[in-house]
Amino acid sequence: MITTTGLKKVYRSRGREVVALDGVDLHVREGEVYGVVGRSGAGKSTLIRCVNLLERPTSGTVTVAGQDLTALAGGSRRAGAELRAARSRIGMVFQHFNLLSSRTVQDNVELPLEILGLSGAARSRKALDLLDLVGLADRARAYPAQLSGGQKQRVGIARALAGDPKVLLSDEATSALDPETTRSVLQLLRDLNRQLGLTVLLITHEMEVVKQICDSAALMKGGRIVESGTVPELLAAPGGELARELFPVGGVPSGPGGTVIDVTFHDDSTGQPVISQLARTYNIDVSILGAAVETVGGRRVGRMRVELPGTFEENVVPVGFLREQGLQVEVAPAGAAQAATPEENSK
Amino acid sequence: MTWAEMQPLLTQAVWDTLYMVGLATLVSVAGGLPLGILLVLTDRGGLLRNAFVNKVVGAVVNVGRSLPFLILMVALIPFTRLVVGTTIGAEAAVVPLAVGAVPFFARLVETAVREVDHGLVEAVQAMGGSTWTVVRKALLPESLPSVVSGLTTTVVTLVGYSAMAGAIGAGGLGDLAIRYGYQRFETGLMLVTVAVLIVLVTLIQLAGDLAARSLSHRGRSESAAPRLRLLRAPARAEAEPAKAS
Ligand SMILES: Nc1ncnc2c1ncn2[C@@H]1O[C@H](COP(=O)(O)OP(=O)(O)O)[C@@H](O)[C@H]1O
Ligand SMILES: [Mg+2]
Repeated sequence: MITTTGLKKVYRSRGREVVALDGVDLHVREGEVYGVVGRSGAGKSTLIRCVNLLERPTSGTVTVAGQDLTALAGGSRRAGAELRAARSRIGMVFQHFNLLSSRTVQDNVELPLEILGLSGAARSRKALDLLDLVGLADRARAYPAQLSGGQKQRVGIARALAGDPKVLLSDEATSALDPETTRSVLQLLRDLNRQLGLTVLLITHEMEVVKQICDSAALMKGGRIVESGTVPELLAAPGGELARELFPVGGVPSGPGGTVIDVTFHDDSTGQPVISQLARTYNIDVSILGAAVETVGGRRVGRMRVELPGTFEENVVPVGFLREQGLQVEVAPAGAAQAATPEENSK
Repeated sequence: MTWAEMQPLLTQAVWDTLYMVGLATLVSVAGGLPLGILLVLTDRGGLLRNAFVNKVVGAVVNVGRSLPFLILMVALIPFTRLVVGTTIGAEAAVVPLAVGAVPFFARLVETAVREVDHGLVEAVQAMGGSTWTVVRKALLPESLPSVVSGLTTTVVTLVGYSAMAGAIGAGGLGDLAIRYGYQRFETGLMLVTVAVLIVLVTLIQLAGDLAARSLSHRGRSESAAPRLRLLRAPARAEAEPAKAS
């Protein structure tokens, strides 16, 4: 649904060059919620703003719903009619809501419809429907200044949906909200994704957002995507940085001579007493170094870091036993035990 | 001089002043509003980035702003004759008044429009809005309370300028004060003229402040409109959000 190839963006200001995007290939499938995470300055906002050409990429192409937007934009700095029409079919929500303070909630939602040239009656009907969808029908006549942050973002979402977009872009839509409001706004995005088949590309610096609603995710660093995949794929790769951040398990081996493995288990295998079975069956001492159970993308996932006595070769059979039980077992990556200390995981 | 003698003079003078200021205000809005917006749009980072246009318009505005009004008035005499056919009377005074007020108001509009959050511009662009749509739907309505405040300042300044224009025979309250108060030592009329000017300016400021406040929906704390300077009206501050809901 959204594809970028070799996307590059270089900012030039007063002789200094900042490479904000350094060849980004992004592929967002139709109907999925795709999260891009990364630290501040990684280029996330630049990437999402390139998707609807608010920012002109220095090179590379952007295709949304089969339409090459970079071709539509051509060389001119101003957006031509075709690009503007394409933009009207891409919804966008912003961290700071960007609602017009001079307009009521309803009039804010009507704004994109005015741009599309709908008649007054049709605008008003559509705006009220959308406000109903986001649970704010009773606030239609209020001004944005009279709303809470969560309500403002709901208005922002209603407005973004006005042009019946197939794609919704969200740049840190929940970063200005408290955790509880964040959850409810994310839930709304998830519901819209399911009900309307909306493809959502969202930018965030919070792993929680990815955990709660994303089907796929990518990690950005220094203008590049360094890891990407579906959330289950990412979780199945314990060496990955995203997996570690999504799912931090710490634990330092008790000493040399043991084998440290990471065991990942999903819905059906949680709750089975595999570890005690392992200990009993093979008569070995299993020490649990760290463990966590989390809900990721609506699925319960657990991960445990355990230490088995002896070298890996000596533990081939017990590891095979765990795999037979339907668990993912990986030898903990060298240094992971150190890297996955709590302070590293906190961000 | 008795009140009966003064009254027709005063009435005529007030009308002349209102005529000059009113007409010059219309021209200031018609000229200053587009110029102010143009200054923002053509600036670096603006939607119509154009260094040349920005420099030229900026320079013209600066020259207009920096000339003392009295000098502007005299310098414009040939131009005024060309436009109105005369250099005496209220009609003729409108020309230098407007020429002086357009750049003044343009700068105030520029400041007001510049304060509009760039995020709103982006939001309209992301909806598929053109530059003109951005101006019409975001920049103008969002800056309106500040623009109205700027207009109030402009009108008050115009009242002052119009009194100065009286010095070269434009008519109006300034003319009255000079001819009777200064040249004929009619202190009574002079004082009444001053009082009328004060009342006029106060009313303009009051109306402008009220208009700016009623246009602002930013909520109590971050209102863009200036607080009422002449009247303390705490009751109104509480009543406003209730009205808006
Ligand atoms: N308009 C701009 N001009 C110059 N540099 C910019 C501009 N926008 C972003 N940058 C730079 O590009 C890099 C990426 O920024 P951004 O995409 O905003 O990162 P993120 O959203 O991940 O925090 C940063 O180094 C930032 O300073
Ligand atoms: Mg950002």
